Amino acid sequence: MVERSKVRIIVAKPGLDGHDRGAKVIARALRDAGFEVIYTGIRQTPEQIVESVIQEDADVLGISILSGAHMVLIPKILKLLEEKGLKPNKDVLVIAGGIIPPDDAQELEKIGVAKVFGPGSPIEDIITFIDENITKLRKFSA
Amino acid sequence: MDNLAKVMIMIEDLISRMLRGDKRAAARLITLVENDDENARKIVKKIYRYTGNAHVIGITGPPGSGKSTLLDKLIKVAREESKIVGVIAIDPTSPFTGGALLGDRIRMQRHSTDPGVFIRSMATRGSLGGLAKATNDAIKVLDAFGCDVIFVETVGVGQIEVDIVKTADTVVLTTVPGLGDDIQAIKAGLMEIADIFVVNKADKEGVDATVFELEMMLDLEKEKWTKRGWRPPIIKTIATSTKGIQELWNSIKRHKKFLEESGEIKRKRKFRAEEEVKTIVSSMIAKRIGEKMREDELMYLIDRILSRELDPYSAAEVVLEKSLGVKV
Repeated sequence: MVERSKVRIIVAKPGLDGHDRGAKVIARALRDAGFEVIYTGIRQTPEQIVESVIQEDADVLGISILSGAHMVLIPKILKLLEEKGLKPNKDVLVIAGGIIPPDDAQELEKIGVAKVFGPGSPIEDIITFIDENITKLRKFSA
Repeated sequence: MDNLAKVMIMIEDLISRMLRGDKRAAARLITLVENDDENARKIVKKIYRYTGNAHVIGITGPPGSGKSTLLDKLIKVAREESKIVGVIAIDPTSPFTGGALLGDRIRMQRHSTDPGVFIRSMATRGSLGGLAKATNDAIKVLDAFGCDVIFVETVGVGQIEVDIVKTADTVVLTTVPGLGDDIQAIKAGLMEIADIFVVNKADKEGVDATVFELEMMLDLEKEKWTKRGWRPPIIKTIATSTKGIQELWNSIKRHKKFLEESGEIKRKRKFRAEEEVKTIVSSMIAKRIGEKMREDELMYLIDRILSRELDPYSAAEVVLEKSLGVKV
């Protein structure tokens, strides 16, 4: 298992909604689980999020989105990551949470999101998922 | 090919990409120096000759005094002068879980897509002096990467977290009105390391009293400043509205000029190199002891200390002799 304190997680909130209570609760819980969490604040553009992933050399990108624009913003983030040479789930593990209907979640998981966590997901599930999947990243398998 | 050779090839590839301006490679290198002492050694040995060009500016001060917001504004004025800017922003690691919540970036996010800006958050990972252990090596990576200016934001500090003085060319100490009386201003420690004082939140009540107390403190050491040729200026800022920021930036540049013209930069760098070597040596010794001394041997000594057969100093002598072969 990769040591949690060496796993860097960005918690990002793209789009226009300013409700970040959920994102903060998650960030705090991941901190308490022993991860290094970078919180980037609300109203982030996909470009800002991707640049943060690069400069912070993040291992996990957690996207929190409540505005309903997930089918626009998340694919855009994935596309930008690829353009910058970061393969989702090879170079950075992408997970998402918020108000995302099951059909959309399925679609997002097809195009590169490793897992969508809906409202009410136990935080332990997210932590276990990260522990189990972080080893798939190239930088940890070398 | 063995593992070591593979790592070496990876590092060399990252360094050559970093030197060509690849941000992702620079970011990977920072992670490598941060996570593993052996890698840090290999990397610093390779990049050291490309370093020494950046002006390293420390921003330190108590939690909530506005360091990140101030920094956001400073990045802007530095960018207006086309400087390539690096930022290392440090926040604490939990002593209980090893986790950290790094939030300095929030205030500076508008710069994250600027190709001339590189912002990196760093956790203290157990260091207590206001910086992280890897901060100096991360600075070297950003220096070699081509940053003209590197801002280092310390954790929120109190009175004794003064490691920044061993790292930065220019130390900016931010304070805010209402933190205490004039006795706080004449205590030893943090107040002594500032090259520039900032009284932020200057729209708050009590700002003039705070400035006055700092002036009084500096007046007590008039001779020292005259001899040195630099008296720390005190600048009032309102970071949320850019008031005082240009003046602060001008002071930072004046201080750089002073360092160069007075030769103080040489003295500082000499001191820094000496401190750095000492730190590296002690951490190498500690590591070596950890490798050479078996846990049960150590526990045997500890038990004898507890039963008062042995004192801690004698035990330390045994440890040194067994692990390093030196008699003290």
